[in-house]
Amino acid sequence: MAANLDAIRAQTQMLGQRTLRRWGPPALQGWTNLDALFRKACTVFGLAIVGLLVFIVAELVRGSAPSLLRFGSSFVVDKLWDPVTERFGAATFIYGTVVSSAIALLIAVPLGVGVAIFLVEMAPRQVSVTVGFLVELLAAIPSIVYGLWGLFVLAPIVRDHLAPALRATLGFIPLFSGPSFGVGMLTAGLILSIMILPFIAAVSRDVLAAVPQAQREGSLAVGATKWETIWQVVIPYGRAGIGGAIILALGRALGETMAATMVIGNTPQIAASLFQPGYTMASVIANEYSEASGPLYLSALTEVGLLLFVVTFAVNGCARVLIWRMARGAGRHE
Amino acid sequence: MTATAARSAPLVISARRKASNVVMLGLCVVATTAALAVLAWIFGYVLVQGGRFVSLSFFTRLPVPVGESGGGFLNALVGTGIMVGVASAISIPVGIFAGIYLSEFGTGWFAGMVRFVNDTLNATPSIVAGLFAYTLIVLQTRRFSAFAGSVALAVLMIPTITRTAEEMIRLVPRPLREAALALGIPEWRMTLQIVLPAAASGVITGVMLAVARVSGETAALLFTAFNNRFLSAALDEPMSSVPVQVYTYAIAPYDDWHHQAWAGALVLVTLVAVFSAAVRIATRNRHRSLG
Repeated sequence: MAANLDAIRAQTQMLGQRTLRRWGPPALQGWTNLDALFRKACTVFGLAIVGLLVFIVAELVRGSAPSLLRFGSSFVVDKLWDPVTERFGAATFIYGTVVSSAIALLIAVPLGVGVAIFLVEMAPRQVSVTVGFLVELLAAIPSIVYGLWGLFVLAPIVRDHLAPALRATLGFIPLFSGPSFGVGMLTAGLILSIMILPFIAAVSRDVLAAVPQAQREGSLAVGATKWETIWQVVIPYGRAGIGGAIILALGRALGETMAATMVIGNTPQIAASLFQPGYTMASVIANEYSEASGPLYLSALTEVGLLLFVVTFAVNGCARVLIWRMARGAGRHE
Repeated sequence: MTATAARSAPLVISARRKASNVVMLGLCVVATTAALAVLAWIFGYVLVQGGRFVSLSFFTRLPVPVGESGGGFLNALVGTGIMVGVASAISIPVGIFAGIYLSEFGTGWFAGMVRFVNDTLNATPSIVAGLFAYTLIVLQTRRFSAFAGSVALAVLMIPTITRTAEEMIRLVPRPLREAALALGIPEWRMTLQIVLPAAASGVITGVMLAVARVSGETAALLFTAFNNRFLSAALDEPMSSVPVQVYTYAIAPYDDWHHQAWAGALVLVTLVAVFSAAVRIATRNRHRSLG
């Protein structure tokens, strides 16, 4: 009985829809179908974004399969990179990438956060907008231009002025010992710091601007100075967001190719001194890929790229999560 | 008496606190000045050096062998134009429709994942995009090609366009949509004919940002499009581009080539500055009209 009723109901519904489609107002005809189709089509493009990620990973894994099978996990700890005997290890590149990025962060984080504080807490609106634009312009300059400037302007300055000064004052530390050729780890760290500073400044500015005004007023009302308000109230409030900005910048520094390639010296070695040349993961790919002979050589370079992609993806993912959490937190308090 | 003292006590700020206030705020000013000084230094240097060596023949002539003077970047300028054009043709539809998906239908965990993946793809090192295009196309066709370069550039453009398209389409006021639907227009026509045109200036801004970014892109083209000393418009052959040519010239040991590299850098920086300023003006007008 109940089943019968259901069948009748379903049939009536179908009839009703058919009638509506055939005899309803003109605008309604074919409406539902096309809308559903449009929605599906758009969803396919959304899916394509995720598909692109999967496709990139799949292609990189396919490309590096021979090297993955041959060297396994020793690839990341082996310091030898020898195309002649076909033995490849990426340790020197990983070291170069990590150290140059660390130098960049050490220099750029205080400066970038300082710029953000100036823009949000100190500058008049018009100044803030103009300086903000200029800082963003710094972020838009192609990395090849930084590389060119680094090679012809910064490297000679490091060789003739900065390195001798550091050697004279801090030379007892192995990091600052030995001769400088201009190109090297320190120069790469410097140029990377210039390149990531705008990211740190721009994202931190947005984060600090999202801190509710009431937080500052409360702090000032109990007698804190402006700096104490910034340092003890505003910055801790935006901690997660600034952390996100720094990690985002780290992602940029790790993956930066051209500028690092042009000033780091491109020598696969792990040297104690920052004046010595090094090599990064991105720059070994840029330098050797088009000239690599033999499938294993190519595959080893692709594996370096795969490692780089996985690391930057993880780093950027962390940054996104931190910034999103910050944005949601700020929204709740307002 | 004691009451007055208690009331005025918090207002007394020790000299040490005052000093640290001034010093630290001063350091923030110094940081900003330093950042701007570096910007001025780089821009100024590129302007001066590039200005010295840029000339009409830079835009109208092909490279000449080492030792001969003159010669230009014509092949590289044409190559950058073609490859950025093809990359745009691939990435603009994908980016805009993905943006529509995220802004109009983007609720739930899947849309959240798309957004997350898109944001992280946006920060992918460009060299990885080059590797992808290499294994996908160059390895199969066994030759460097402009098409492979375009695909690498498209991979870098899609996330930027998707992101700005989503944000800009989201800004279109709800009443506009409701008015359209109330007139009996189906949802898909409402989106394509009412909402998208209303968001057009913002979406175009995003496209311009993406174009500006990839016009200066070197790493993705090094081993996909490679380089070509001759003028070429064939998509299945190696093609020159301004950034790759600048790189090639910069690391070569010839002064003539270094001069040309500076001129190329000037062209790239000018391009970026013009695009950024245009985007700035476009978005400022937009905020004004909405606010």
